[in-house]
Amino acid sequence: MITKRIIPCLDVRDGKVVKGKNFTGLREISSPVEFAKYYSECGADELVFYDITASSDGRKIFTDILRKTAENVFIPMTVGGGIETLYDFETVLNCGADKVSVNSGAIKNPSLIENAAKLYGNQCVVLSADVKRVDGVFRVFAKGGRENTGLEAISWIKKCVTLGAGEVVVNSIDTDGVKGGFDIEMLRAVCESVNVPVIASGGAGKTQDFIHLFKTLPKVDAGLAASVFHFGEIKIKDLKAEMKKNGIETRI
Amino acid sequence: MTAIIDYGVGNLFSLKCSFLAIGEEVSVTSDADEIRNADRIVLPGVGAFEDAAKKLENSGLGTVIKEQVSLSKPLLGICLGMQLLFEKSYEYGEHDGLGLIPGVIRPLSDIVPQDLKIPHMGWNSLSFGEKKHPLFKYTNENDFVYFVHSYYAAECENYVIASTDYGAYFTASAANGSVLGCQFHPEKSGDVGLNILRAFCEMKEGKIC
Repeated sequence: MITKRIIPCLDVRDGKVVKGKNFTGLREISSPVEFAKYYSECGADELVFYDITASSDGRKIFTDILRKTAENVFIPMTVGGGIETLYDFETVLNCGADKVSVNSGAIKNPSLIENAAKLYGNQCVVLSADVKRVDGVFRVFAKGGRENTGLEAISWIKKCVTLGAGEVVVNSIDTDGVKGGFDIEMLRAVCESVNVPVIASGGAGKTQDFIHLFKTLPKVDAGLAASVFHFGEIKIKDLKAEMKKNGIETRI
Repeated sequence: MTAIIDYGVGNLFSLKCSFLAIGEEVSVTSDADEIRNADRIVLPGVGAFEDAAKKLENSGLGTVIKEQVSLSKPLLGICLGMQLLFEKSYEYGEHDGLGLIPGVIRPLSDIVPQDLKIPHMGWNSLSFGEKKHPLFKYTNENDFVYFVHSYYAAECENYVIASTDYGAYFTASAANGSVLGCQFHPEKSGDVGLNILRAFCEMKEGKIC
């Protein structure tokens, strides 16, 4: 049977992996290619790379990193950050990405999803949504979580899936960086409204958070985290062993 | 040398890297002579069946593939590339494939329970049945490989060499003589996948050793 996926996320700036807390206060760690190799060896099921560079020089470094990763690591790779055009899709796919994640680019221009899905297939287009409660309503935020778009999150996600997004990463800004567990309420709302794979992001602090996630919401397909993996607070091998012990399908 | 056929369908960078990683010389090519000179051929593919089948036909590469298969050169189709090896697909209509393995391509929704998501995307395990094909000589029962697909190879029971379970059992891999196909992506299946490619590269013309 298909397994629940564990996905480390690498935010890359100027050629290095960084991890922010609630999207601010970026802190540098180290080489993305080495991280990717290490995670693949540890049993990560997939890797997500986000380019959080603003400059064009940084872009070039980023695509070099993708290519080097693809030369060394043979698990699926999703790439996002600053994807705004079909040309951006083409660029990262040519560097070895399997899936491309869109966020602000799709908010600005939702037809990007439709056009990319037609060209590369729905399985290639991942919607990444940064969501936060505002007066009790789930709202979509843009620009790395800094700007409230006013869009209601569930209808936005449904719309993107209708347009052709084949997978959804739900990143709860409310739980991100807090390490108190995933945002079950938000994820449940998403799982009940779409029938494509849902990746939970934001809030993992310990192994038990993943167990709780998959036990409570069997429709969630994957759990994504960054700093807890980067700092070794959760070891993917141990996490997967614990998942297996709890009867959760996992690749070991 | 392994020739990866480039017919304008999907990105081949990772696939090329995976062969290089196992020490195999590889060429991504649409050149008929280069394909003829290769020791083995890989037919990749992502996207829609009809579009890919047309591209193979219009480029003349479908004919080259058939000619090489008639000389018993090992051929490995991957994902959509595997589906193209069969006789026919019912993806958005009815379209002819290369007809190198008996069977047809049907929607997964025909057999997979409704509560499961389609595409079948992620890591799933392989079962081999009684006899393990040499393509899997370095692979163990229940090893995991990475799938992304919405259609599957049906009516090919005698040619299935590995299956997987997603609410229903279906073809993960098929073979007809030197013609081999994987529904999953060996180039994205970690060491398990690289070992499948290694086994493929060890196959000799005319016989599957």
